[in-house]
Amino acid sequence: MPHDHHDHPHALLPPEPALRVKALETILTRKGLIDPRTLDQIIDTYQNKIGPKNGAQVVARAWSDPGFRDALMQDATAVVADLGYFGRQGEHMVAVENTPDLHNMVVCTLCSCYPWPLLGIPPAWYKSDAYRARVVREPRAVLADFGVALPKETAVRVWDSTAEMRYLVIPMRPEGSEGLSVDELAALVSRDSMIGTGLAKVAK
Amino acid sequence: MTRIHDMGGRFGDGPVVPDAPDAPVFATDWHAQALAVTLACGALGQWNIDISRHARERLSPQDYTGFSYYEIWISALTGLLVERGVLTLDDLRGQGDDRSHPLASRMLKADAVTAMLAKGGPADRESEIAPKFSPGQAVRCRHPGDSCLVDGGHTRLPAYAAGACGYVLRLHGTHVLPDSNAHDLGEAPEPLYAVRFAASELWANPENADDQVIIDLWQSYLEPL
Repeated sequence: MPHDHHDHPHALLPPEPALRVKALETILTRKGLIDPRTLDQIIDTYQNKIGPKNGAQVVARAWSDPGFRDALMQDATAVVADLGYFGRQGEHMVAVENTPDLHNMVVCTLCSCYPWPLLGIPPAWYKSDAYRARVVREPRAVLADFGVALPKETAVRVWDSTAEMRYLVIPMRPEGSEGLSVDELAALVSRDSMIGTGLAKVAK
Repeated sequence: MTRIHDMGGRFGDGPVVPDAPDAPVFATDWHAQALAVTLACGALGQWNIDISRHARERLSPQDYTGFSYYEIWISALTGLLVERGVLTLDDLRGQGDDRSHPLASRMLKADAVTAMLAKGGPADRESEIAPKFSPGQAVRCRHPGDSCLVDGGHTRLPAYAAGACGYVLRLHGTHVLPDSNAHDLGEAPEPLYAVRFAASELWANPENADDQVIIDLWQSYLEPL
């Protein structure tokens, strides 16, 4: 027998993942331990309300307002909390800034830690074995998978999120973006640019 | 000895496949359900975040490798629910009863979701343990990198950094120690640092001599150099 059910209780549930989730949900609902309306509310929050638009606002303001940028670099948790972006998986924030000399990238090699209040639920690639295994050892090869090539003289700094600290990359402000409003700047800030696997979009 | 989730630096994985710009947050409905059920069960208060991470890490290596991301979540959650006495094996077999559960009063209600997610769960705590290291100081990660508290237990020192020398970049404050908290041994808060390692200290053939890896490490993972 492949599984001892006492060591692997999940083997008592249907193996097909959608059915496995459904079976567990049904058992828990019948016992009054979870409420399907609560599940809908959680899903709606991360599908529609909390996502990378929050982080893009923070980046755009950091580009536009030197005082905001300085405060963010000093104590990101307090600054993003003021904007209403405090919460689960974003309790301890640090902002790290890209420069011509230094490019920052973020990973969690041990699981999938990610700044939810600013970027939402991580994309599948961020949680993939390939990203977790490779980016600490060969960040430039991983960047190539995203179509990004850095100048050789730019050092790469990869942050492995092993604790409850969460990192937000502030990408370099693109050339030609002078005079744009905060909202126009935010539209240039992709999710990947705030993880470090992308760059900010070029202003039109 | 390394454990299956601890894969930083591993060779043999293929390319990273970026998603489409318009990819949905959840690829399928059951991914969303798996996340929501996990969060709702966490609100019952029967475990902490370190216990839940440890539950995923100690799935059998065969399961951890073979399962997709949210299969890992839901399978580990099932194990935790049984281990913490919330569900029985009979419940999972469909032979349990539907009587009201003692924890039903703690069920997360829909109108409490926003406040629960906004509150989060900060990990910083007061600690009597004074910082031993200051920014710029040279340190070495303990080797072997296994948990000191429980054989084969939870730790957040990645195997690729065990024994490596680096420099303290910053002190984050004093935080709950996962090695202890994951095993119901108390929060045991202690100083937490960001430590900078040269890529050449970690890898035989780094891509670039100036590249670095920063790892968040607790004081008890480090020794002075």
